[in-house]
Amino acid sequence: MKVTVDLDKCQDHGQCAIAAPEVFRINDEGRLEFDDAPAEELRDAVEEAADVCPVQAILIED
Amino acid sequence: MAAHVVVAGAGMAGLRAAERLRAEGWDGAVTVVGAEPHPPYNRPPLSKEVLAGRADAGATALRRRGSVEDVCWELGRRVVAASLADRALTLDDGRRLAYDGLVVATGLRPRRLAVPGPAAGRHVLRTLDDALALRAELAPGRRVVVVGAGFVGCEVAATARGHGCRVTVVEPLPVPMERAIGPELGEALRRRHEERGVRFLTGRAVTAFAPGAVVLDDGRTVPADVVVEAIGSVPNVEWLDGNGLDLSDGVLCDDRMRVEGRPEVVAVGDVARFPNPRYDDVPRRVEHWCVPADTARRAAATLAAHLAGRPLDDAPFAPLPSFWSDQYDLRLQSFGMPALGDRRVPLEGDAHALTGGVAMAYHRDDRPVGVVLIGVPASRHRHYRELVTAS
Repeated sequence: MKVTVDLDKCQDHGQCAIAAPEVFRINDEGRLEFDDAPAEELRDAVEEAADVCPVQAILIED
Repeated sequence: MAAHVVVAGAGMAGLRAAERLRAEGWDGAVTVVGAEPHPPYNRPPLSKEVLAGRADAGATALRRRGSVEDVCWELGRRVVAASLADRALTLDDGRRLAYDGLVVATGLRPRRLAVPGPAAGRHVLRTLDDALALRAELAPGRRVVVVGAGFVGCEVAATARGHGCRVTVVEPLPVPMERAIGPELGEALRRRHEERGVRFLTGRAVTAFAPGAVVLDDGRTVPADVVVEAIGSVPNVEWLDGNGLDLSDGVLCDDRMRVEGRPEVVAVGDVARFPNPRYDDVPRRVEHWCVPADTARRAAATLAAHLAGRPLDDAPFAPLPSFWSDQYDLRLQSFGMPALGDRRVPLEGDAHALTGGVAMAYHRDDRPVGVVLIGVPASRHRHYRELVTAS
Protein backbone atom coordinates (compact mmCIF):
# COMPACT_ATOMS: atom_id res chain seq x y z
CA MET A 1 0.00 0.00 0.00
CA LYS A 2 1.37 3.40 -1.00
CA VAL A 3 0.16 6.51 0.78
CA THR A 4 0.58 10.01 -0.56
CA VAL A 5 -0.57 13.28 0.96
CA ASP A 6 -1.22 16.33 -1.17
CA LEU A 7 0.81 18.76 0.94
CA ASP A 8 -0.64 21.73 -0.96
CA LYS A 9 -4.03 20.70 0.39
CA CYS A 10 -2.97 19.47 3.84
CA GLN A 11 -3.73 21.98 6.59
CA ASP A 12 -2.41 19.91 9.51
CA HIS A 13 -5.87 19.25 10.94
CA GLY A 14 -4.49 16.05 12.47
CA GLN A 15 -7.64 13.94 12.09
CA CYS A 16 -5.57 11.28 10.29
CA ALA A 17 -3.28 11.04 13.32
CA ILE A 18 -6.30 10.23 15.47
CA ALA A 19 -7.69 7.67 12.98
CA ALA A 20 -4.39 5.93 12.17
CA PRO A 21 -1.71 6.90 14.71
CA GLU A 22 0.55 4.07 13.47
CA VAL A 23 0.85 5.82 10.10
CA PHE A 24 0.24 9.53 10.64
CA ARG A 25 1.49 11.83 13.35
CA ILE A 26 1.58 15.54 14.01
CA ASN A 27 5.06 16.51 15.18
CA ASP A 28 5.92 19.01 17.89
CA GLU A 29 5.96 21.79 15.28
CA GLY A 30 2.35 20.93 14.46
CA ARG A 31 3.22 19.51 11.02
CA LEU A 32 2.20 16.19 9.50
CA GLU A 33 4.61 13.27 9.30
CA PHE A 34 3.57 9.94 7.82
CA ASP A 35 4.71 6.50 6.71
CA ASP A 36 4.24 6.37 2.93
CA ALA A 37 4.39 2.57 2.73
CA PRO A 38 2.47 1.17 5.71
CA ALA A 39 1.89 -2.54 6.25
CA GLU A 40 -1.15 -4.05 4.55
CA GLU A 41 -2.83 -4.89 7.88
CA LEU A 42 -3.15 -1.15 8.49
CA ARG A 43 -5.31 -0.67 5.39
CA ASP A 44 -8.58 -0.19 7.26
CA ALA A 45 -7.03 2.44 9.50
CA VAL A 46 -5.47 4.25 6.54
CA GLU A 47 -8.77 4.19 4.61
CA GLU A 48 -10.42 5.62 7.70
CA ALA A 49 -7.78 8.34 7.93
CA ALA A 50 -8.34 9.24 4.27
CA ASP A 51 -12.10 9.41 4.86
CA VAL A 52 -11.82 11.70 7.88
CA CYS A 53 -9.30 14.08 6.33
CA PRO A 54 -11.20 17.38 6.36
CA VAL A 55 -9.52 18.54 3.15
CA GLN A 56 -9.39 15.08 1.50
CA ALA A 57 -5.65 15.32 0.98
CA ILE A 58 -4.77 11.62 1.51
CA LEU A 59 -4.46 9.29 -1.46
CA ILE A 60 -4.06 5.52 -1.26
CA GLU A 61 -2.62 3.66 -4.22
CA ASP A 62 -3.04 -0.11 -4.77
CA MET B 1 -35.68 -8.59 -9.35
CA ALA B 2 -32.36 -8.84 -7.53
CA ALA B 3 -32.12 -7.32 -4.06
CA HIS B 4 -31.58 -3.59 -4.19
CA VAL B 5 -30.61 -0.85 -1.75
CA VAL B 6 -31.49 2.73 -2.62
CA VAL B 7 -29.60 5.59 -1.00
CA ALA B 8 -31.67 8.77 -1.23
CA GLY B 9 -29.10 11.57 -1.18
CA ALA B 10 -25.63 11.83 -2.74
CA GLY B 11 -23.80 14.00 -0.24
CA MET B 12 -21.05 12.76 2.01
CA ALA B 13 -23.52 10.73 4.09
CA GLY B 14 -24.95 8.97 1.03
CA LEU B 15 -21.50 8.14 -0.31
CA ARG B 16 -20.24 6.86 3.02
CA ALA B 17 -23.39 4.76 3.44
CA ALA B 18 -22.82 3.11 0.06
CA GLU B 19 -19.18 2.44 0.93
CA ARG B 20 -20.03 1.03 4.33
CA LEU B 21 -22.72 -1.24 2.88
CA ARG B 22 -20.02 -2.78 0.71
CA ALA B 23 -17.66 -3.00 3.68
CA GLU B 24 -20.40 -4.81 5.62
CA GLY B 25 -20.66 -7.41 2.87
CA TRP B 26 -23.71 -6.17 0.97
CA ASP B 27 -22.96 -7.21 -2.62
CA GLY B 28 -26.39 -6.54 -4.11
CA ALA B 29 -27.30 -3.58 -6.27
CA VAL B 30 -26.98 -0.06 -4.85
CA THR B 31 -28.49 3.05 -6.41
CA VAL B 32 -27.65 6.50 -5.07
CA VAL B 33 -30.10 9.25 -6.01
CA GLY B 34 -28.78 12.81 -5.69
CA ALA B 35 -30.63 16.07 -6.33
CA GLU B 36 -27.48 17.94 -7.33
CA PRO B 37 -25.74 17.25 -10.65
CA HIS B 38 -22.36 16.85 -8.89
CA PRO B 39 -20.85 13.64 -7.56
CA PRO B 40 -20.40 13.69 -3.76
CA TYR B 41 -18.28 16.60 -2.59
CA ASN B 42 -16.96 18.08 0.63
CA ARG B 43 -19.00 21.03 1.90
CA PRO B 44 -16.72 22.77 4.45
CA PRO B 45 -14.41 24.26 1.79
CA LEU B 46 -17.39 25.99 0.16
CA SER B 47 -17.45 28.87 2.67
CA LYS B 48 -13.65 28.92 2.87
CA GLU B 49 -11.34 27.96 -0.02
CA VAL B 50 -13.98 27.81 -2.77
CA LEU B 51 -15.61 31.12 -1.83
CA ALA B 52 -12.15 32.68 -1.45
CA GLY B 53 -11.23 31.50 -4.96
CA ARG B 54 -8.29 29.44 -3.69
CA ALA B 55 -9.85 26.13 -4.76
CA ASP B 56 -11.85 25.24 -7.84
CA ALA B 57 -14.99 23.16 -7.81
CA GLY B 58 -13.21 19.92 -8.69
CA ALA B 59 -10.97 20.15 -5.63
CA THR B 60 -13.95 19.51 -3.36
CA ALA B 61 -14.76 16.04 -4.77
CA LEU B 62 -14.77 13.36 -2.10
CA ARG B 63 -12.50 10.38 -2.47
CA ARG B 64 -14.61 7.35 -3.39
CA ARG B 65 -13.57 3.88 -2.38
CA GLY B 66 -13.15 1.37 -5.19
CA SER B 67 -15.90 -0.75 -3.64
CA VAL B 68 -18.59 1.65 -4.93
CA GLU B 69 -17.48 1.63 -8.57
CA ASP B 70 -20.49 -0.53 -9.50
CA VAL B 71 -22.98 1.73 -7.72
CA CYS B 72 -25.60 3.32 -9.97
CA TRP B 73 -25.53 7.11 -9.55
CA GLU B 74 -28.75 8.91 -10.41
CA LEU B 75 -27.51 12.49 -10.16
CA GLY B 76 -29.63 15.55 -10.85
CA ARG B 77 -32.61 13.44 -9.74
CA ARG B 78 -34.77 13.99 -6.72
CA VAL B 79 -36.90 11.54 -4.76
CA VAL B 80 -40.30 13.22 -4.52
CA ALA B 81 -42.37 10.59 -2.73
CA ALA B 82 -42.01 7.34 -0.82
CA SER B 83 -44.37 4.52 0.03
CA LEU B 84 -42.53 2.67 2.75
CA ALA B 85 -45.31 0.05 2.96
CA ASP B 86 -44.75 -0.78 -0.73
CA ARG B 87 -40.97 -0.29 -0.51
CA ALA B 88 -41.04 2.07 -3.44
CA LEU B 89 -39.90 5.60 -4.23
CA THR B 90 -41.04 8.02 -6.90
CA LEU B 91 -38.42 10.15 -8.67
CA ASP B 92 -38.97 13.62 -10.11
CA ASP B 93 -39.05 12.21 -13.63
CA GLY B 94 -41.99 10.02 -12.65
CA ARG B 95 -40.04 6.77 -12.44
CA ARG B 96 -40.79 4.30 -9.67
CA LEU B 97 -37.83 2.82 -7.85
CA ALA B 98 -38.39 -0.31 -5.76
CA TYR B 99 -36.04 -1.18 -2.91
CA ASP B 100 -35.33 -3.88 -0.37
CA GLY B 101 -33.36 -1.49 1.81
CA LEU B 102 -33.53 2.31 1.95
CA VAL B 103 -30.98 4.80 3.29
CA VAL B 104 -32.39 8.27 3.99
CA ALA B 105 -29.55 10.70 3.28
CA THR B 106 -31.33 13.73 1.85
CA GLY B 107 -29.65 16.22 4.15
CA LEU B 108 -30.64 19.82 4.60
CA ARG B 109 -31.44 22.93 2.63
CA PRO B 110 -30.90 26.52 3.80
CA ARG B 111 -33.64 28.15 5.81
CA ARG B 112 -34.83 31.31 4.07
CA LEU B 113 -35.94 34.54 5.69
CA ALA B 114 -39.71 34.80 5.57
CA VAL B 115 -39.79 38.56 5.01
CA PRO B 116 -41.19 40.59 2.10
CA GLY B 117 -39.15 42.19 -0.64
CA PRO B 118 -37.35 41.46 -3.92
CA ALA B 119 -35.35 38.24 -4.31
CA ALA B 120 -32.58 39.81 -6.42
CA GLY B 121 -29.15 39.76 -4.82
CA ARG B 122 -30.10 37.25 -2.14
CA HIS B 123 -27.84 34.25 -1.68
CA VAL B 124 -27.52 31.18 0.49
CA LEU B 125 -24.56 28.86 0.93
CA ARG B 126 -25.18 25.14 1.02
CA THR B 127 -24.24 23.71 -2.36
CA LEU B 128 -21.28 24.01 -4.68
CA ASP B 129 -23.45 25.97 -7.12
CA ASP B 130 -24.44 28.32 -4.27
CA ALA B 131 -20.77 28.96 -3.50
CA LEU B 132 -19.83 29.63 -7.12
CA ALA B 133 -22.80 31.99 -7.56
CA LEU B 134 -21.88 33.92 -4.41
CA ARG B 135 -18.19 34.02 -5.28
CA ALA B 136 -19.03 35.73 -8.56
CA GLU B 137 -20.68 38.55 -6.58
CA LEU B 138 -17.79 39.24 -4.19
CA ALA B 139 -15.52 42.06 -5.33
CA PRO B 140 -13.68 44.95 -3.65
CA GLY B 141 -15.98 47.63 -2.30
CA ARG B 142 -19.19 45.67 -2.71
CA ARG B 143 -21.54 45.93 0.25
CA VAL B 144 -22.32 42.50 1.67
CA VAL B 145 -24.90 41.94 4.40
CA VAL B 146 -24.68 38.53 6.06
CA VAL B 147 -27.84 37.61 7.95
CA GLY B 148 -26.95 35.21 10.75
CA ALA B 149 -23.74 35.07 12.81
CA GLY B 150 -23.41 31.31 13.10
CA PHE B 151 -20.37 29.52 11.73
CA VAL B 152 -21.41 29.72 8.08
CA GLY B 153 -22.27 33.41 8.40
CA CYS B 154 -19.00 34.24 10.15
CA GLU B 155 -16.91 32.25 7.67
CA VAL B 156 -18.65 33.99 4.77
CA ALA B 157 -18.01 37.35 6.46
CA ALA B 158 -14.30 36.57 6.85
CA THR B 159 -13.99 35.33 3.27
CA ALA B 160 -15.90 38.34 1.89
CA ARG B 161 -13.49 40.65 3.75
CA GLY B 162 -10.69 38.78 2.04
CA HIS B 163 -12.27 39.81 -1.28
CA GLY B 164 -12.26 43.43 -0.10
CA CYS B 165 -16.03 43.64 0.39
CA ARG B 166 -17.63 45.93 2.98
CA VAL B 167 -19.29 43.45 5.31
CA THR B 168 -22.09 43.83 7.84
CA VAL B 169 -23.40 40.89 9.88
CA VAL B 170 -26.94 41.08 11.27
CA GLU B 171 -27.74 38.70 14.13
CA PRO B 172 -30.75 38.59 16.50
CA LEU B 173 -28.70 37.15 19.38
CA PRO B 174 -26.27 39.38 21.30
CA VAL B 175 -23.10 37.40 20.49
CA PRO B 176 -21.97 35.61 17.30
CA MET B 177 -21.78 31.79 17.46
CA GLU B 178 -23.00 31.99 21.07
CA ARG B 179 -25.23 28.93 20.93
CA ALA B 180 -22.37 26.76 19.72
CA ILE B 181 -19.40 28.01 21.75
CA GLY B 182 -20.71 30.34 24.46
CA PRO B 183 -20.31 34.09 25.01
CA GLU B 184 -16.58 34.30 25.86
CA LEU B 185 -15.20 32.77 22.67
CA GLY B 186 -18.05 34.24 20.63
CA GLU B 187 -17.13 37.74 21.84
CA ALA B 188 -13.44 37.13 21.24
CA LEU B 189 -14.11 36.03 17.66
CA ARG B 190 -16.39 39.02 17.17
CA ARG B 191 -13.52 41.32 18.15
CA ARG B 192 -11.24 39.54 15.69
CA HIS B 193 -13.80 40.12 12.95
CA GLU B 194 -14.20 43.77 13.93
CA GLU B 195 -10.42 44.28 13.84
CA ARG B 196 -10.59 42.99 10.28
CA GLY B 197 -13.29 45.50 9.41
CA VAL B 198 -16.53 43.53 9.76
CA ARG B 199 -19.43 45.44 11.31
CA PHE B 200 -21.83 43.52 13.58
CA LEU B 201 -25.41 44.57 14.21
CA THR B 202 -26.38 42.15 16.98
CA GLY B 203 -29.72 42.01 18.73
CA ARG B 204 -31.24 42.99 15.40
CA ALA B 205 -33.45 41.15 12.94
CA VAL B 206 -34.18 41.73 9.27
CA THR B 207 -37.83 42.62 8.68
CA ALA B 208 -37.80 43.27 4.93
CA PHE B 209 -35.70 43.43 1.79
CA ALA B 210 -35.73 46.60 -0.27
CA PRO B 211 -34.02 47.17 -3.62
CA GLY B 212 -30.30 47.34 -2.73
CA ALA B 213 -30.87 47.23 1.02
CA VAL B 214 -32.16 45.28 4.00
CA VAL B 215 -34.54 46.79 6.55
CA LEU B 216 -33.98 46.04 10.25
CA ASP B 217 -36.44 45.81 13.13
CA ASP B 218 -35.28 49.17 14.49
CA GLY B 219 -36.32 50.78 11.21
CA ARG B 220 -32.77 51.22 9.98
CA THR B 221 -31.97 50.53 6.33
CA VAL B 222 -28.60 48.90 5.60
CA PRO B 223 -27.35 49.19 1.99
CA ALA B 224 -26.59 45.81 0.44
CA ASP B 225 -25.35 44.87 -3.02
CA VAL B 226 -25.29 41.24 -1.87
CA VAL B 227 -27.30 39.57 0.91
CA VAL B 228 -26.31 36.18 2.30
CA GLU B 229 -28.95 34.39 4.35
CA ALA B 230 -27.09 32.15 6.82
CA ILE B 231 -29.84 31.44 9.33
CA GLY B 232 -29.61 27.69 9.55
CA SER B 233 -31.05 24.75 7.68
CA VAL B 234 -34.22 22.77 7.14
CA PRO B 235 -34.22 18.95 6.81
CA ASN B 236 -35.24 17.57 3.42
CA VAL B 237 -37.93 15.16 4.60
CA GLU B 238 -41.09 16.16 2.71
CA TRP B 239 -40.69 13.20 0.36
CA LEU B 240 -41.27 10.92 3.37
CA ASP B 241 -44.64 12.49 4.24
CA GLY B 242 -47.60 10.15 4.55
CA ASN B 243 -45.68 7.22 6.03
CA GLY B 244 -46.45 7.80 9.69
CA LEU B 245 -42.87 8.78 10.57
CA ASP B 246 -41.85 11.39 13.12
CA LEU B 247 -40.48 14.10 10.82
CA SER B 248 -40.74 16.95 13.32
CA ASP B 249 -37.00 17.72 13.05
CA GLY B 250 -35.38 15.46 10.50
CA VAL B 251 -36.10 11.74 10.62
CA LEU B 252 -36.39 10.19 14.07
CA CYS B 253 -34.16 7.11 14.40
CA ASP B 254 -33.26 4.64 17.09
CA ASP B 255 -29.66 4.06 18.16
CA ARG B 256 -29.17 1.71 15.20
CA MET B 257 -30.21 4.52 12.85
CA ARG B 258 -33.47 2.71 11.93
CA VAL B 259 -36.62 4.72 11.44
CA GLU B 260 -39.52 3.67 13.61
CA GLY B 261 -41.27 0.47 12.57
CA ARG B 262 -39.22 -0.05 9.39
CA PRO B 263 -36.25 -2.36 9.91
CA GLU B 264 -35.26 -1.95 6.25
CA VAL B 265 -35.10 1.87 6.42
CA VAL B 266 -32.16 3.70 8.02
CA ALA B 267 -31.16 7.36 8.05
CA VAL B 268 -27.72 8.98 8.00
CA GLY B 269 -26.07 12.38 8.19
CA ASP B 270 -27.58 15.79 8.91
CA VAL B 271 -31.16 14.63 8.36
CA ALA B 272 -31.06 11.89 11.01
CA ARG B 273 -32.25 12.59 14.57
CA PHE B 274 -30.70 9.97 16.82
CA PRO B 275 -29.85 9.46 20.50
CA ASN B 276 -26.23 9.49 21.64
CA PRO B 277 -25.70 7.67 24.96
CA ARG B 278 -22.45 9.58 25.40
CA TYR B 279 -24.73 12.42 26.56
CA ASP B 280 -28.30 11.27 27.25
CA ASP B 281 -31.26 9.59 25.53
CA VAL B 282 -32.52 12.69 23.70
CA PRO B 283 -32.54 12.20 19.93
CA ARG B 284 -30.85 15.12 18.17
CA ARG B 285 -29.79 16.10 14.70
CA VAL B 286 -26.10 16.96 14.69
CA GLU B 287 -24.82 19.10 11.83
CA HIS B 288 -21.17 18.33 12.45
CA TRP B 289 -18.73 17.19 9.81
CA CYS B 290 -17.95 13.77 11.30
CA VAL B 291 -21.61 12.74 11.63
CA PRO B 292 -22.17 11.53 8.05
CA ALA B 293 -19.33 9.01 8.29
CA ASP B 294 -20.18 7.86 11.83
CA THR B 295 -23.89 7.43 11.18
CA ALA B 296 -23.22 5.77 7.82
CA ARG B 297 -21.06 3.18 9.54
CA ARG B 298 -23.78 2.39 12.07
CA ALA B 299 -26.67 2.51 9.59
CA ALA B 300 -24.92 0.33 7.03
CA ALA B 301 -24.09 -2.28 9.67
CA THR B 302 -27.75 -2.30 10.72
CA LEU B 303 -29.12 -2.52 7.19
CA ALA B 304 -26.63 -5.07 5.89
CA ALA B 305 -27.29 -7.32 8.90
CA HIS B 306 -31.05 -7.00 8.45
CA LEU B 307 -30.92 -7.82 4.73
CA ALA B 308 -28.64 -10.79 5.33
CA GLY B 309 -30.70 -12.07 8.25
CA ARG B 310 -27.77 -11.66 10.63
CA PRO B 311 -28.11 -10.50 14.25
CA LEU B 312 -27.54 -6.82 14.85
CA ASP B 313 -24.44 -5.41 16.50
CA ASP B 314 -25.08 -5.06 20.24
CA ALA B 315 -22.42 -2.42 20.84
CA PRO B 316 -23.78 0.99 21.83
CA PHE B 317 -23.51 3.78 19.28
CA ALA B 318 -21.86 6.80 20.91
CA PRO B 319 -20.05 8.83 18.24
CA LEU B 320 -17.92 11.81 19.23
CA PRO B 321 -19.10 14.86 17.29
CA SER B 322 -16.42 17.19 15.97
CA PHE B 323 -16.18 20.11 13.61
CA TRP B 324 -13.82 22.93 12.75
CA SER B 325 -14.02 26.46 11.46
CA ASP B 326 -11.48 28.70 9.75
CA GLN B 327 -11.91 32.44 10.13
CA TYR B 328 -8.98 34.61 8.95
CA ASP B 329 -5.85 33.01 10.35
CA LEU B 330 -7.71 31.31 13.22
CA ARG B 331 -8.52 27.61 13.28
CA LEU B 332 -11.28 26.59 15.66
CA GLN B 333 -11.63 22.88 16.49
CA SER B 334 -14.49 21.45 18.53
CA PHE B 335 -14.81 17.98 20.06
CA GLY B 336 -17.98 16.74 21.75
CA MET B 337 -21.13 18.82 22.19
CA PRO B 338 -20.15 22.20 23.70
CA ALA B 339 -23.72 23.42 23.15
CA LEU B 340 -24.92 20.97 25.82
CA GLY B 341 -22.70 22.52 28.47
CA ASP B 342 -24.13 24.71 31.24
CA ARG B 343 -20.75 25.93 32.52
CA ARG B 344 -17.55 26.92 30.78
CA VAL B 345 -14.12 26.14 32.20
CA PRO B 346 -11.06 27.84 30.65
CA LEU B 347 -8.26 25.30 30.23
CA GLU B 348 -5.53 27.20 28.45
CA GLY B 349 -4.67 30.59 27.02
CA ASP B 350 -6.30 34.01 27.10
CA ALA B 351 -9.84 33.61 25.84
CA HIS B 352 -10.27 37.37 25.76
CA ALA B 353 -7.31 38.19 23.56
CA LEU B 354 -7.20 34.94 21.56
CA THR B 355 -3.42 35.19 21.48
CA GLY B 356 -1.58 31.88 21.44
CA GLY B 357 -3.71 28.80 21.82
CA VAL B 358 -7.02 28.90 23.69
CA ALA B 359 -8.86 25.87 25.07
CA MET B 360 -12.28 25.98 26.73
CA ALA B 361 -14.16 23.05 28.26
CA TYR B 362 -17.95 22.90 28.44
CA HIS B 363 -19.34 21.07 31.44
CA ARG B 364 -22.77 19.66 32.10
CA ASP B 365 -23.42 18.34 35.58
CA ASP B 366 -19.71 18.84 36.30
CA ARG B 367 -18.72 16.52 33.47
CA PRO B 368 -16.92 17.84 30.35
CA VAL B 369 -19.23 17.30 27.35
CA GLY B 370 -17.29 19.41 24.88
CA VAL B 371 -14.06 21.27 24.28
CA VAL B 372 -13.32 24.10 21.85
CA LEU B 373 -9.76 24.89 20.76
CA ILE B 374 -8.75 28.06 18.94
CA GLY B 375 -5.25 28.30 17.53
CA VAL B 376 -4.10 25.16 19.34
CA PRO B 377 -1.67 23.08 17.22
CA ALA B 378 -3.07 19.75 16.06
CA SER B 379 -0.32 17.94 17.95
CA ARG B 380 -2.25 18.79 21.13
CA HIS B 381 -5.74 18.00 19.84
CA ARG B 382 -5.59 14.37 20.92
CA HIS B 383 -4.97 15.44 24.51
CA TYR B 384 -8.07 17.63 24.57
CA ARG B 385 -10.15 15.14 22.63
CA GLU B 386 -9.39 12.55 25.31
CA LEU B 387 -10.69 14.95 27.91
CA VAL B 388 -14.19 14.62 26.47
CA THR B 389 -13.97 10.94 25.51
CA ALA B 390 -12.68 9.72 28.87
CA SER B 391 -15.63 11.01 30.87
